[in-house]
Amino acid sequence: MNRRKFLQQVGIASTSAIALIGTHGWAARGTSLNSLNSGSNPKRLVVIFLRGAVDGLNVVVPHGDTAYYEARPKIAIPRPSENSGALDLDGHFGLHPALASLMPLWQQGSLAFVDACGSPNPTRSHFEAQDYMESGTPGVESTPDGWMNRLLATLPNHTPVQAVNFGDTTPRILSGRMSVASFPLGHNSASPLPLDKPQVGTAFDRLYSGNDALSLAYQEGRKARKTLLTDLDAEMQAANNGAPLPIGFASDAQKLAQLMVKDPSIDLAFLALGGWDTHVNQGSSQGQLAGRLKALGDGLATLAQGLGPVYRDTAIVVMSEFGRTVHENGDGGTDHGHGNAMWILGGSIKGGKIYGEWPGLANNQLYQGRDLAISTDFRDVIISLLECHLQLDDAKLHRVFPDYNPSQKVSLV
Amino acid sequence: MNLKSKVLLVFLLLWLGLFNSDCIASVASAPNSQQVLHVIDRLSFGPRPGDVERVESIGIERYIQEQLSPDSIPYPADLTNQLNSLETIKLTSEQLLAEYSPPRGMGGQKPSKEEIKACRLRSRIVLAQAVQARLRQNIESPRQLQEVMTDFWYNHFNVYAGKGADRLLVGAYEAEAIRPYALGHFRALLEATAKHPAMLFYLDNWQNTAPGSPGAHGKFQGLNENYAREVMELHTLGVNNGYTQQDVITLARIFTGWTFHRLGQQMTDDTGFYFDPNRHDFSDKVFLGQKIKGSGIEEGEQALDILARSPATARHISYELAQHFVADEPPPDLVEHLTQKFLVTDGDIREVLNTLFHSPEFADPKYYSAKFKTPYQYVVSAIRATGIEVNNFRPVYGMLQQLGMPLYGCLTPDGYKDTQDAWLNPAAMTLRLSFATALADDRLHLNQPDQATIATSTSFTTALASNRQLPFGTMESPQIDNLSHQPVDPLQLASTLGNQFSPETQRAIAESPPQLQAALMLGSPEFMHY
Repeated sequence: MNRRKFLQQVGIASTSAIALIGTHGWAARGTSLNSLNSGSNPKRLVVIFLRGAVDGLNVVVPHGDTAYYEARPKIAIPRPSENSGALDLDGHFGLHPALASLMPLWQQGSLAFVDACGSPNPTRSHFEAQDYMESGTPGVESTPDGWMNRLLATLPNHTPVQAVNFGDTTPRILSGRMSVASFPLGHNSASPLPLDKPQVGTAFDRLYSGNDALSLAYQEGRKARKTLLTDLDAEMQAANNGAPLPIGFASDAQKLAQLMVKDPSIDLAFLALGGWDTHVNQGSSQGQLAGRLKALGDGLATLAQGLGPVYRDTAIVVMSEFGRTVHENGDGGTDHGHGNAMWILGGSIKGGKIYGEWPGLANNQLYQGRDLAISTDFRDVIISLLECHLQLDDAKLHRVFPDYNPSQKVSLV
Repeated sequence: MNLKSKVLLVFLLLWLGLFNSDCIASVASAPNSQQVLHVIDRLSFGPRPGDVERVESIGIERYIQEQLSPDSIPYPADLTNQLNSLETIKLTSEQLLAEYSPPRGMGGQKPSKEEIKACRLRSRIVLAQAVQARLRQNIESPRQLQEVMTDFWYNHFNVYAGKGADRLLVGAYEAEAIRPYALGHFRALLEATAKHPAMLFYLDNWQNTAPGSPGAHGKFQGLNENYAREVMELHTLGVNNGYTQQDVITLARIFTGWTFHRLGQQMTDDTGFYFDPNRHDFSDKVFLGQKIKGSGIEEGEQALDILARSPATARHISYELAQHFVADEPPPDLVEHLTQKFLVTDGDIREVLNTLFHSPEFADPKYYSAKFKTPYQYVVSAIRATGIEVNNFRPVYGMLQQLGMPLYGCLTPDGYKDTQDAWLNPAAMTLRLSFATALADDRLHLNQPDQATIATSTSFTTALASNRQLPFGTMESPQIDNLSHQPVDPLQLASTLGNQFSPETQRAIAESPPQLQAALMLGSPEFMHY
C-alpha cells in the first residue's frame, strides 16, 4: 500500500512539467520575438522514425508496476535489482539494458522520454498510423504533404541541403512542395559515380535544364551530391588513415553528425529504421529486440558525440507509429498496440526526466482493455520543440500542424 | 572515315534534321507508333530490340491477346536451359528447408560454429539463384505480361527474404504460389499465398495456436494476429474497409493450426502446407457478420471465400491494377468498371485485365507515359532496351539495392509503392543517370560471366548480403579495366525505343558527344516514364 502510494507520487511528480494551457494556447502566448529575426537561428531538428512499432514498454520499462510483470512472464525486462535488469531511471521506470550507451546522456540531463504518447487515431495498421504521424494530421487521409516539409517551408534562407533525408526514397514526412536532399545510406555513399565526371554531368545538365519535376529533382541531386562529396572528404581521409567506421546505424549516425557539423545550412534531418515489428520471439534483456536497441542506442550516442558543440543546438526525436500490446502473445512477442514513449535528446533538452502522465497498466486503465493508453498527443511534443527550440511563432506552428491546438505544453526545452 | 564514324554522322544529321522539322510525328512514327509503344510499355518491361516492329506488323490487338494467353507464346529453349542450370530453383520448400536450414547437430551434440557458418555460406546460393531466375525471366521471357503480373502480385503479397527461413523460400514462393496464378483467379492466388510456407513464416501464422488446445506448448502458446490483420488490410479488403479488431481476432482463431511441414510431420499439400488440428480452435465463429461453423481447415477456406468475394476486395485490387497500368491517381470510372468486372467474373484476373486494356482510359493519350518507372522497372527496361544478354547479375542487384528497391528485399508486408511520389527524388535521379551511363558504355560488364561467381559460387550472394555495394567499381578507372567492352549503339537503341523523344531531348542528345548519346537516351525523361 505504501509502495503503491509512493509510486503514484512518483507518477505525479513526473508529470508536473506538463501544464494545461487550454485549447487556444498559441493565441494566448505572445509571438516569440526571436523568431521574427531567425535568419541565423542555429537550431536543428533530427527525427528518427522507428518503423514497425517499437515495443516502448520494453524500452522505458515500468518496473514499478507489478501489472507489467504479470502481463509479460517471458519477455519482461527484470527489475533493476535483478540480473540483466532494467537500468533504473527514476525509481519507477528503467531503461532497457541494451541501451546502456544512452545512460551517460540521461545522467548529463540531455535525454528525456515522454511516455504514453501517440496519435489519437485508433488504427492498428502500421502503414496508416505511420502515414498519419508523418502527415501530422491523424484521421485526415487527404493531406498531401508531410509535417517536416511544411516545417521546412516556414524556415528562412532555403538551401538545397536545408532538409536532409538519409535514405533511398523520400518519406511521407518530408514529401511536399519544398525540395529535400537525399543522402544514401551505407559505406559507399561517397564513392565516385559516372555522373560526377564533368563531361557526363554537362550532358545531363542540358537534358534536365527545365522546371519540370524530373529536372528539379535532378538539379537538387547535383547540388546535394557536391555538398556530400565536399563535406565527407575529410571523413573519407580519416577512414583511409585506418580508423574503422562503425557499422550499421552507428555508421550512418556518424555520417549524419559529420554532415551537420560541416554544413551549418542543414536544419532538419530525417532517418528511418525498420525491424521493430516483433510479433514473435522478441526476447527480453537479450534477443531480437535487444540487438536492435543496442544498435540504435550506440548510434544515438555516436550521433550525440559526433555533433560535438552542435549537439547543444540540436534536438533529436525518436518516435514510432504506435506501441505494442501490454500482454505478450503466445509466441513470445507482442502485437500492435496504442501508446508508446517518445525519446528526446539534445544539449538544451531538460532531460534526466520522464514526461507525460502515466496511465497505468491495470486492466481497467488499458486502452480497449489491451494497450497502454495515450495521455500525450505526439503533436504536443513536436510543437513544444518547434516553439521552444526552433522558435516558431504561432502562425508558423499552425502551418506545420493545421487545425490543431495542443492540449498541453510539454516543457522539454 | 570508318563505318562507325559514318553511322554516327548519319545519326547526328538525323537528330538535327528531326529537331529542325516541325513534323516529328510524321517522320519518326508510323500512324499508330505512339500507341504501339504505349501498349508495349504497359504490358511488358519495355521494348527489346525488334519488339516495336513486331507489334506494328501483327497489330496491337493480337499482341494483347497473345500476352493474355502466355501459353500460346513459345518459350525460348535458351531461356529454359538457363533456368534449368539453376539447380536450387527446382527444389520444393520442404526440400530447401531440409537441405539448407542451419544444422541441428547429431546425437544430442550442438553443431559447431564452423558447421553453422559453412551452412550459411552454402545456403546463400538459394537466394542468389532465385534472384537470377526472376531477373532472367523478367528480362528475357517473351511472356512479358505474365512476368509483369508476377512482379505485381509478388509485391501485393510481399514476403521479405531477410526474415529467417524466408531467405530460402522466396524463390519457391514465387514459383509455386505466384507465377502459376498471375493471370488466373484471385481466389486461387489468395489461397496459394495463404498456405505457402514462405507466407506462413513471414507473417507468423505458422505459430498461431488456440490457447489451451492440445498442441499449445513450447513455441506454440497462443494467438498471433499478424497474418489475420494483414490479409484483410493489404491482401484483400483494404485498410479500414469494414472489419473491426474483433474480426482480426476471429480470423486469427480461424487460422489457428495453419502451419507448414517440419521434420517428422505429415504433409497435406505438396508445397509443404500442413493443418495441425491439435492447435486449432474448433469453436463456432462469427466473421464479418457471417457464421462459420467450427470445423477445422474448412473455416479458413470459407474465410478466404468471404474475403475474395467481397466488393471491397474487388475495389481494392481494381484500384491497384488501374494505378499500375494507367495512372498514379487512377480514374474513378475505370476503377468502378474493373470492380464490376472483377465481381461478375469471380475475380478472373485475365478478364479484368482484358477489360482494362480495352478501356477508354487505357487508350486515352493523356495517360501515355503518365507513369514514372519504379527503380525495378527502370533497371529491367534499360537492360531490355540494350538487348544485352546478362550473365552477371551482381551489378543489377546492387543497383536495385542502391535505388532502394532490392528484389525480395521489401521488409514490410505492404510491398513497394507504385507511384512517382514514392520514387522520384534527387538522389534517385543521380543514381539512375549514373546507371544509364555505365550500362550504355558497357562498364557494368553484364555480359561477362561473373568470374567470382564461377570460382566460389558464393560471392554473388556475398554481395547480396553485403551493405549496399555500388556497382560502379571499375568505371572510374578504365585504364585498369582490362575487360573488353561494347558500348550500346545509339542508332539501334533509338530505333528499339521507337524514336519517340521530345524536341528538347533530341537537342540535348544531338549536342552531346557520340559516346554519351545512348546514355542520354536511357537517362531521358521519356525513358524514365512508361
